[in-house]
Amino acid sequence: MAAALLRRASTSSSASLLRPLSGRLFSSDETVLSIETSVPFTGHKIEPPSRMVDTTPKELLSFFSDMALMRRMEIAADSLYKAKLIRGFCHLYDGQEAVAVGMEAAITKADGIITAYRDHCTFLGRGGNLVQAFSELMGRQAGCSNGKGGSMHFYKKDASFYGGHGIVGAQVPLGCGVAFAQKYNKEGAVTFALYGDGAANQGQLFEALNISALWDLPAILVCENNHYGMGTAEWRAAKSPAYYKRGDYVPGLKVDGMDALAVKQACKFAKEYALANGPIILEMDTYRYHGHSMSDPGSTYRTRDEISGVRQERDPIERVRKLILAHDIAPASELKDIEKEVRKQVDDAIAQAKESPMPDASELFTNVYVKGYGAESFGADRKEIRATLP
Amino acid sequence: MASLQMAALLSAPSTPVPSDRVRLGALRLSASSSSAARNGGALVVRSEAKVSGGGASARGLSLITHAVAEKAAAASSADSKPGHELLLFEALREGLDEEMERDPTVCVMGEDVGHYGGSYKVTKGLATKYGDLRVLDTPIAENSFTGMGIGSAMTGLRPVVEGMNMGFLLLAYNQISNNCGMLHYTSGGQFKIPIVIRGPGGVGRQLGAEHSQRLESYFQSIPGLQMVACSTPYNAKGLMKAAIRSENPVVLFEHVLLYNLKERIPDEEYVLSLEEAEMVRPGEHVTILTYSRMRYHVMQAAKTLVNKGYDPEVIDIRSLKPFDLYTIGNSIKKTHRVLIVEECMRTGGIGASLRSAIIDNFWDYLDAPILCLSSQDVPTPYAGTLENWTVVQPEQIVAAVEQLCK
Repeated sequence: MAAALLRRASTSSSASLLRPLSGRLFSSDETVLSIETSVPFTGHKIEPPSRMVDTTPKELLSFFSDMALMRRMEIAADSLYKAKLIRGFCHLYDGQEAVAVGMEAAITKADGIITAYRDHCTFLGRGGNLVQAFSELMGRQAGCSNGKGGSMHFYKKDASFYGGHGIVGAQVPLGCGVAFAQKYNKEGAVTFALYGDGAANQGQLFEALNISALWDLPAILVCENNHYGMGTAEWRAAKSPAYYKRGDYVPGLKVDGMDALAVKQACKFAKEYALANGPIILEMDTYRYHGHSMSDPGSTYRTRDEISGVRQERDPIERVRKLILAHDIAPASELKDIEKEVRKQVDDAIAQAKESPMPDASELFTNVYVKGYGAESFGADRKEIRATLP
Repeated sequence: MASLQMAALLSAPSTPVPSDRVRLGALRLSASSSSAARNGGALVVRSEAKVSGGGASARGLSLITHAVAEKAAAASSADSKPGHELLLFEALREGLDEEMERDPTVCVMGEDVGHYGGSYKVTKGLATKYGDLRVLDTPIAENSFTGMGIGSAMTGLRPVVEGMNMGFLLLAYNQISNNCGMLHYTSGGQFKIPIVIRGPGGVGRQLGAEHSQRLESYFQSIPGLQMVACSTPYNAKGLMKAAIRSENPVVLFEHVLLYNLKERIPDEEYVLSLEEAEMVRPGEHVTILTYSRMRYHVMQAAKTLVNKGYDPEVIDIRSLKPFDLYTIGNSIKKTHRVLIVEECMRTGGIGASLRSAIIDNFWDYLDAPILCLSSQDVPTPYAGTLENWTVVQPEQIVAAVEQLCK
């Protein structure tokens, strides 16, 4: 009874990782746990890493709360879209959170990430905050791109998050270019270029892979294989849907993308490999619950049973919840409290984002060019002061 | 050719445009010494002066102790200073070499730019000097290596991407339009793309339709992009340097037939303004706006016109996006007649945009409709005679001026 009271008292204080003082199997946050991944890794021209992943209770709880936040954000975005506060394209990431979260656990902010248009959660993972995300989705000034980018153009330069790109596959050469710059500057960092199973058939991917392999660039190409390129299933789009093998001369690894620990292990392994040897491909076997975007119901090309089946058996948040409960890291009620807290954070952020104004009309013309090197259009009367040459 | 240009430059101050606009690049830069303090970089340096040390002291930290004295010397003796003679591709190489030396983040990417020395020898010798990591031979994959150039520019490198022929860059159009032109805007200003995309384009000597394309008309609508076209060794070197130093993505259009032009250029370092037009020949009767190779057809026609008693004012617009409407406008206000001579197709070319820009801004000053001579809307044929008829010839320019000045 006393223990239960203690639990309630402590969990109401914050959504963080305070734990009740009652008897626990693990006495500290930093105890190393070795947990087996759901399935072993499959390697192509490379020896896959071990199935046993080292983690800590603290990390597992952070996985849970981060993924819960991402899930909640995407569901809220769905409602906002239906309320017509978000317009245009909105591609939701729910179901795939483990990839974003596991990757962050393996790397630093010096390593680059670039992805396509399903970027809201990756942005959060890189340190973006909810208000910036929702404001950008609603086209407000407080957005991460000042409201001028939209759902498909989230960026965070200081965290090496290079976006946020609408054209399928075009971000992969960009990512290899970032990796080139990292090698050029001898930074000792890597770049993860994420793309989907639909983009895996783009020619520029193979071109960029060829160049990266020739120049030994620290580029890691990550295929987030959610098995559908909008409405086209992978077996209808790719003669060889073994995307981790498509690199041919470049080694590849197939990973269970719904298992955050497996993702973490694979990314850690890939980073070490890429720094020493050049590019490597990771295929994350993952799934999206929503359709391709808000205009796609997601049920015309797959059955509802399939979706609910994956949700029951492979949901990334449920997996981590089970791990936490199995290892007695926190009680179920605490996890529920975390989810409640997360819901509140998201609601607060939406309220704050709604208060942000739309961009000023003058913003239409800002940031087209970088000012300061005589790049202003002078116009017929040169009213604009010419910038002087450096 | 060179003497004509030198003569034009010498006679520059007589135009109604304030003289500091049309001086040699070196002189204009001397007026902005206050900004030199901002960046710590002096503008007129002897080419022998090297940037000290390796990477750290690169951009803008080279202090030249005798800057004032040098500037004075340059100002008084620039016109008579002998300089050195070179061909246009060598001028491009010189500009590139100087910028690579000055700034270690400048690198070159393209097909056969390294060991082969460049298909038009613009990058000859640079690979041995700077190594394989700074002068990069790429496979034939324009879409991806342009994308990689843009990606590396996002992190702060300053790549110079060469299209072996501008026409090949059509394969990279998605990267150039969406990522190069728009990233600064869609990221809310977070990412700058200081990339230079350059290469030869235009109609050559019977190269065939696919190798004679004029991409300036396709790229001109892309927001966020700057476009310049060089036409002489002097402006080639100056524009190359300016393009590399610019924080914006710049497309530098060279012309296949102009690489072997010879001219005497100054020894001092100079950087030209990307947005400025060049007054080639001041005049009174008609304003002829042109760029790249057509400049030479116009000057050839100008000789005939002068003999016939006309006084054309020839302006090489150089900056294709944005247009230098100030120089152009002042000229129109003087002459009231405009002829545009370009190599683009009639439909949707640079001339079409320039014409509408002039109509929007200077309608009241026009005494006659704007004439625009452009290439025919056909794929460039192989046969020599047919090819000559696709592009504008001096005789047509003479006839057009006569018609305008009737």
